[in-house]
Amino acid sequence: MNALAARRRHPAAIALLILVGLLVTGAAYAALAPKPAQASTVSADQVEQGKKLFLANCSTCHGLGGEGTKDGPSLAGVGAAAVDFQVGTGRMPMAKPDVQAPRKDEIQFDEEEIAAMAAYVASLAPGPAIPEGEYTTGEGGNVAKGGELFRVNCAMCHNFAGSGGALTRGKYAPSLRDVEGKHIYEAMVTGPQSMPVFSDNNITPESKNDIIAFLHSIDKQENPGGMALGNLGPVSEGLFIWVFGLGIMIGFAVWLGQKSA
Amino acid sequence: MSTTAHTASGADRLRANDPEPQTPAGGGMKAVGGVAGWVDDRTGAAKGVGYLMKKVFPDHWSFMLGEVAMYSMIICLLTGAFLTFWFVPSAGHVAYEGSYLPLRGVMMSEAYASTLDISFDIRGGLIIRQIHHWAALLFIVAINVHMMRVFFTGAFRKPRELNWVIGAQLSMLALVEGFAGYSLPDDLLSGTGLRAAEGFMRSIPVLGSYVSYFVFDGAFPGEAIIPRLYAVHVLLLPAILVGLFTAHIVLVAVQKHTQYPGPGRTNDNVVGFPVMPVYAAKAGGFFFIVFGVIALISALVTINPIWAYGPYDPSPVTAGSQPDWYMGFADGALRLLPGWLEFEAFGFTFSFNVMIGAILLIPVMYGLITLYPFLEEWVTGDKREHHLLDRPRNNPTRTGIGMAGIAAYAVLMFAAGNDLMAIKLGLSINDITHFLRAAFFIAPPIAFWITKRICLSLQRRDRDLVLHGRETGRIIRTAEGRFYEKHEPLDPYTRWHLVQHEQHQPLQLEAGVDENGVASPTARKDRLRAKVSHFYFKDRVEPVTPAELEAAHHHEAHHPEAIEHQEPGGAPLVEMARSGAGDNPDATEHGRQRG
Amino acid sequence: MNNNDTEHGAQAADPGSEGYGSTAVRLDQGHIEGTGRLPERFEDPGFAPHIARAADLDEAAAKRAEKQVAAMFGVSMLGTLVFIVAYFAIPMESQVFIPGIGKANLSNVVLGVSLALGLLGIGVGAVHWAKTLMPDEEVVEERHPLRSPDEARGGFVKTMLTGGTDAQLDRRPLIKYSLGGALGLFAIPLVVQVVGSLGPLPKDELSKTMWKKGDRLVRDPEHTPIKATDVSIGSVFHVLPESIKESEHVLEDKAKAAVLLMRLEPDAIQVAKARDWGYDGIVAYSKICTHVGCPVGLYEQQTHHLLCPCHQSTFDVTQDCKVIFGPAKRPLPQLKITVDTEGYLVADAPFQEAVGPSFWERG
Repeated sequence: MNALAARRRHPAAIALLILVGLLVTGAAYAALAPKPAQASTVSADQVEQGKKLFLANCSTCHGLGGEGTKDGPSLAGVGAAAVDFQVGTGRMPMAKPDVQAPRKDEIQFDEEEIAAMAAYVASLAPGPAIPEGEYTTGEGGNVAKGGELFRVNCAMCHNFAGSGGALTRGKYAPSLRDVEGKHIYEAMVTGPQSMPVFSDNNITPESKNDIIAFLHSIDKQENPGGMALGNLGPVSEGLFIWVFGLGIMIGFAVWLGQKSA
Repeated sequence: MSTTAHTASGADRLRANDPEPQTPAGGGMKAVGGVAGWVDDRTGAAKGVGYLMKKVFPDHWSFMLGEVAMYSMIICLLTGAFLTFWFVPSAGHVAYEGSYLPLRGVMMSEAYASTLDISFDIRGGLIIRQIHHWAALLFIVAINVHMMRVFFTGAFRKPRELNWVIGAQLSMLALVEGFAGYSLPDDLLSGTGLRAAEGFMRSIPVLGSYVSYFVFDGAFPGEAIIPRLYAVHVLLLPAILVGLFTAHIVLVAVQKHTQYPGPGRTNDNVVGFPVMPVYAAKAGGFFFIVFGVIALISALVTINPIWAYGPYDPSPVTAGSQPDWYMGFADGALRLLPGWLEFEAFGFTFSFNVMIGAILLIPVMYGLITLYPFLEEWVTGDKREHHLLDRPRNNPTRTGIGMAGIAAYAVLMFAAGNDLMAIKLGLSINDITHFLRAAFFIAPPIAFWITKRICLSLQRRDRDLVLHGRETGRIIRTAEGRFYEKHEPLDPYTRWHLVQHEQHQPLQLEAGVDENGVASPTARKDRLRAKVSHFYFKDRVEPVTPAELEAAHHHEAHHPEAIEHQEPGGAPLVEMARSGAGDNPDATEHGRQRG
Repeated sequence: MNNNDTEHGAQAADPGSEGYGSTAVRLDQGHIEGTGRLPERFEDPGFAPHIARAADLDEAAAKRAEKQVAAMFGVSMLGTLVFIVAYFAIPMESQVFIPGIGKANLSNVVLGVSLALGLLGIGVGAVHWAKTLMPDEEVVEERHPLRSPDEARGGFVKTMLTGGTDAQLDRRPLIKYSLGGALGLFAIPLVVQVVGSLGPLPKDELSKTMWKKGDRLVRDPEHTPIKATDVSIGSVFHVLPESIKESEHVLEDKAKAAVLLMRLEPDAIQVAKARDWGYDGIVAYSKICTHVGCPVGLYEQQTHHLLCPCHQSTFDVTQDCKVIFGPAKRPLPQLKITVDTEGYLVADAPFQEAVGPSFWERG
């Protein structure tokens, strides 16, 4: 019996074995698992790069050729704008199929990768392109006009200040706080998930710029009267007065009636 | 004669040796005496005012809730009067030229434009406007909590039924006043509410379209509704509210305030402090406190940011469209009522899905509230005056009914916020609506039952406290090795608090027929009355009597580890530790029986 | 077993017990005179012994309380002063960043906080004064039955009845009845005037909107006409009739004429009439909710559901806007549309039923 076998019942043997197993599994994973996309400095075809990224990250739900599966719709015709929006706001890739894809702060891909994936999806079928810079910053936009347009077209879902609102069956229109102008434009043009499409024939690029200017003006957090309580309307005001208003009054009333020291 | 027993004490004791003040004193006192004399020469008011200054008010924080309401109303009257100097109650169209840039050049009504001016272009306008609106919200919060206090302590019993009725009307009118007020700025949110109000009017059978056209002077929105709401909000309702509220407090002064039971407090006295000087300082000071807190909130927290909603237009609408909180229960009712309640018959449309929530709910709710004191009088047969308040636990059925009502109200309030709950909690509005529809019927009976059981348990605990005293946490070991916890008996003052009440018995049914077998004309009503009375008072816990306390002491003297169990409504049953030699070392203080 | 154990803390009165100690109801205490029985119920023990406050016993504490009250009043005066200065000195547009609040209007914050201090100073000072220095020994006021004494009642009744007989009311039935008639009727003219002149009769206005055949559909609020080719699948347009530009009652007309335009795949529309009244999958429905009239603006592109934000009525566009959830009953009325010679969308007929909330005579 060799030295190793003689010690196979040593108390430390099992610990060592587990450690070895973990190391092996980890190494194998590291070697064999698909790597996150690396920034490619080689002048490879953007579409080709995009296709690779797509196959690695999106095809499980959207199909190998972007034709869609039961877990995700077809991406033919959604255009580069949709990819730039969905991936750029962290909504895609979705961790699991769900009623709604929420915005996320950590974006998994960098600018170049997003552009590559967008180029690939755009190649599947014609669709909205990533919008021009001129109309996506809100610069020179008419805030008053943007507000009027926002209230007619957007406030019913997103609320008067863009604080978000409920849709049916657990879906919702998200908050528009601190969204990049480009993404606002893209959302309007591509109609993500439940949102309708507001093409440039519906709301012109200049009008879209006005809307972006309006939203950015709200982002400046100017609350003339004080704390805005989430800009959710009378419900939060009622909650506030019941909890704090009544609470403070009762506090004073109790103090008033107590015997002094 | 009022016997104000007030001997030199307190700080006076320190000055007991000071010389008596000469009347008239010098300077200011002389002037006041002069003015008072001038007025009294012409009105004879000295006697009356002097009497009022000596009036005694009892001291409890829950009596201040009505004051919060009163002061909030006064603050609204004051700030509202200011706002009338700048608000323009007109639906005429103008383009905005003020300093709020996001609305520059937008077409809007003069009412909305003037509200923007108040908020941005008039010095201090925004703080006055915010104080006005926050005070209005607090006004109705305080009314509701005050009403609950009065209800749960039975302060509406004779002779205060009339004051309860007046109070219920005040409460209802306050809702309307608030609705009219926040609709005046003609912003998108309140305008949507007016739109819904027009829909409510349409649902009235036969007269609906006429009511709608009469109120709005034609098609919605029209140009009349803003000036008309202004007249209602600034003139009609404040006049009615001030009149009713004056009657309300005059009645309190005439009938004297109720008081909580306690040592020295009887049904025939009022124990507390006189208006001059204590209550003048406390209640007067409280006005400044209420005003100050509202001002502080108005300085730091935005309310009704009409500039953000935009001017009213029938085409746009905001997600999360709710009325101010006090109309929430009606809005919630409208969200929960199902559509199949509307149907067509004989060529006419019956919109019960709207009418029940929008038109019938408020009168029915306030009707029930108004009638409650009379129902209770009918059920108890009690025609005496009551000036001592009930502890809520001592009237479990009434308390349970109150909680059931609050539960139903709360369900409706939650329903009004269903879309906000959906986005904040990640739920589906459809599920929330279905759940609340069921909850409206299920929650009140459950709330009633739980509350009643809790009240009865609290009463039994009170009995235990009186009979066995307070658990001190000190364990005593006797020479024989027995352990027991020392109970501190209650002092007579605390004990009085727990034993002073009386329990109503269910009304007994008199024989429904006389000796010739002729049924009494009121037999059916009497049977119903006895049944309801039985429902109210069948579960009772009697307060401890001296005899019971004596018995408890006697048993404790011999068996310190014994406790008494109370059979509901019956004689005490003593459960003793099983003992051969009279001592069972395993018995705990709570005398759990061991085989 | 020790009968005298101090479990009750009772029989042996402690020297400093202040009378709290004896709590056992002894047979010789509180008995009914002559019978030796215990009372039926406990009796009111009367007021608890008064406990003096610091300021009652100690002049230094009283002086401290006085200084505290004065300080409060001083804070009030300071607050008032700050308000007056701030009112003039702070420009209306200036902002201040407050953590947790954002950029608030400086004038509003300072005016409000200083006003609050001015008021709270007085309130807190007055209450503190009452609590520490004013007498806190309880005072008793006797109640008297509210009921008037019998003689007063009798006197009242007598006065009223005598008045009636003095007025010969009992002997003059003609007066009695005609008085009732006159008093019962006199207020009617006032009621008639106010109710009658409040507003016009609705006639059939509730059943009609300003839409006419040939009216172009224009965007709201830009008022520009819409070509069918502008409308892509999945989009929603908020639409008004072109004649709104000449309307003298814009808001009143908008409140009935607002329309929602959507484009679906024609196969997605399951009701034939809905397909026919549309144009190549473009359909137009009234935006005014049939519940209580809020604009039904929320269009869920993928489910083809329209949601009203007020009370959550939900309409299914693929089923001719039938109600599938919520308190509404009737489906949204559809506007029949087509295109004109230039390709712009136009109404092909007015609404065929009343739009908006139901009413009694809607039928």
